[in-house]
Amino acid sequence: MVEKETLERYWGETKKNMLTILFIWAIVSYGAALIASSLNSIVIFGFPMGYYMGAQGSITIFVLLNLYNSVYQNKLDIKYGVAEEE
Amino acid sequence: MAKEALDAWRAKLRKIYGIYTGVFVLFVVSLWILESMGLDPKFIGYAFLFGTIGVYAAIGIISRTSIVAEYYVAGRKVPAVFNGMATAADWMSAASFIGMAGALYNLGYDGLAYIMGWTGGYVLLAVLIAPYIRKFGQYTIPDFLEARYGGKLPRFIGIIAAIITSFTYLTAQVTGVGIITSRFIGVPFELGVFLGLAGILVCSFLGGMRAVTWTQVAQYIILIVAYMIPVVAISYKQTGVPIPQIMYGQALQTIEQKQRQLTNDPKEIEVRNIWKNKADDLNQKIKGLPDSWSKGKAEIEEKIKNLPVNDLKRAEAEKALKSYPKTPEEAKEKWKKDMQSAQAMSKPPKSYVQPPADSKGIINFLALTFCLMVGTAGLPHVLMRFYTTPTVREARSSAAWALFFIFLLYFTAPAYAAFARSEVLTNLVGQAFSSLPAWAAKWAGVGLINIKDLNGDGIIQFSEISINPDAVVLATPEIAGLPYVVAGLIAAGGLAAALSTADGLLITIANAISHDLYYKIINPNLSPSARVKIGKALLLVVAVIGAYVASFKLAIIVELVAWAFSLAAATFFPAVVLGIWDKRMNKAGAVTGMIVGLAVTLYYMIGSRFYGVDWFGIKTIASGIFGIPANIIVAFIVSRLTKAPDSEIQSFVDNIRYPKGAVGAGKEE
Repeated sequence: MVEKETLERYWGETKKNMLTILFIWAIVSYGAALIASSLNSIVIFGFPMGYYMGAQGSITIFVLLNLYNSVYQNKLDIKYGVAEEE
Repeated sequence: MAKEALDAWRAKLRKIYGIYTGVFVLFVVSLWILESMGLDPKFIGYAFLFGTIGVYAAIGIISRTSIVAEYYVAGRKVPAVFNGMATAADWMSAASFIGMAGALYNLGYDGLAYIMGWTGGYVLLAVLIAPYIRKFGQYTIPDFLEARYGGKLPRFIGIIAAIITSFTYLTAQVTGVGIITSRFIGVPFELGVFLGLAGILVCSFLGGMRAVTWTQVAQYIILIVAYMIPVVAISYKQTGVPIPQIMYGQALQTIEQKQRQLTNDPKEIEVRNIWKNKADDLNQKIKGLPDSWSKGKAEIEEKIKNLPVNDLKRAEAEKALKSYPKTPEEAKEKWKKDMQSAQAMSKPPKSYVQPPADSKGIINFLALTFCLMVGTAGLPHVLMRFYTTPTVREARSSAAWALFFIFLLYFTAPAYAAFARSEVLTNLVGQAFSSLPAWAAKWAGVGLINIKDLNGDGIIQFSEISINPDAVVLATPEIAGLPYVVAGLIAAGGLAAALSTADGLLITIANAISHDLYYKIINPNLSPSARVKIGKALLLVVAVIGAYVASFKLAIIVELVAWAFSLAAATFFPAVVLGIWDKRMNKAGAVTGMIVGLAVTLYYMIGSRFYGVDWFGIKTIASGIFGIPANIIVAFIVSRLTKAPDSEIQSFVDNIRYPKGAVGAGKEE
């Protein structure tokens, strides 16, 4: 059994991680869509940035967020001693 | 499994799929050589179709099983990377593979809602759901609902929602299979459907989830290879650099520049005015219903009477009568649709890269993106895949891998669309009708591209072209001047995408009935081998019903698939997420939440589609935007007004939140 107190602290950090990730997730998709027309005035390598965020930018960040989540949570498991036994 | 055994297993899988990929590449190359030596393209189509289905069948047979855990969750030994590939294939349907690039072509910025929506859901899935579902560790989502909330009612609602969302989706996939097979080997659509059905069943019937998983991995490899080749070639052709994902910025610039020129072109304005008159005519006819309907019908009948029997014009008029709407209601629906498309064609091309200018457009864009994201994270056939990894740790990384594999395709789709559009604007617009490029003539022949000389000047105007979304991916190999073997490869890829999704859905529905309904509610005394037998029998039944419904080719199916997302978003997602993240959530809250979410979403869907209901201008496709918050708010309020869940459930929730140990209520079998 895992101590109740350990679990509470573990869950607190997990929650904080979840909120951070979802905050970034919302900014790069919904936030970027809301200001897309002003972003479009920046053009890099032919790409208007507003369009680019919707087409490739946001989804690249999604992939990085999931990678970060996996690494971070796996470390957190070990830190609190709640990882699976192998 | 022990660590060493797991490592050996991973190494073995890498080797098998490495060899498989090598053999597939050799297969394509040798067909290419045969083609250049003069092999009939028809046989290349056959080779791709029967070759790939043969491989899936072989995997299906090797993976046969009658063990419960193997049948339902592939023995829980699918390593993260492979589960990622299987999930990606499970998720990406014929619509992603063939339709999405075309939607981007036609919709410009608005189409990006699909790109972000269908990938962003995986962030929700990875962070909020996947590892906890794996820790819980049973077989289906209704299993989770019962264990978390107690009683049969939550399970029952889960079963109903799973069947509704998955079945419409399944029918669309079977239709997709039928279209691809009939187009590439030239059999009638109905026969194509049943050939496809055989393809679907060989992947799942003998081995359940285990067979589906390992064929899905094989299907992912084929579909991603097939998707990349044409677009790399066209990037090389148009820009000199074979990296489409980076180079299509140039195509975007060409599109914007050419479209600006077209805005004030006198010939374009002439054609747009023709469209405008058409739209006005149709509007008059709709206003004049039902008299205009009977008048139109009488006119055609009169014409037929006055023409001699063998006149070509008579045959034409008879055809027109045959396709004439059967009732005034049907006429209204058809004419309204025609009027809308004529209206769209009567406007100058809008910017390809600018977001919608009006607030209604923006709100709909954001609402649709949100519904697709939440729906993705709530679809039972995707959630189910996270039961199959060996550990919680692997479930997490598997969610990351799944998104990465999906990303490879979605990151490339905008390039397809932009290259195709710049090709149309540069090499099709302004050409004489007498000298159509070969690819345009070919796909116009089968009706996927529509070009009509409306103003009779013999030159193609942009407003005279309309392109079916499917044509973009299908025509790209020819635009890039690639051999026929690549067209065959695209067909094999599209087929792989449709089959893999169909299989995931099929097994979800069959399990909802055999495991959740029959075993868990009606007859809990079933022996393990009888459970697997019933599961297999239901696979067969559901597949046949799916093919039967698909053979009618109902137009509404495509629309229903989009609805499935909103339905899943408004029922499953809140119940599952709150079950993990809100310990105070109880049965009363979850059940009323699901019912209200489902009811509100259905009300708005049907109301806005058929009866003119309109809340804040939200379109039918984004109906979930009302159902999702309704579900969450109702669940929250009701749960706070009723008793907290007992200590057993509370410790169950504690238990699924961290990876260590086993879950009390969720015993392995």
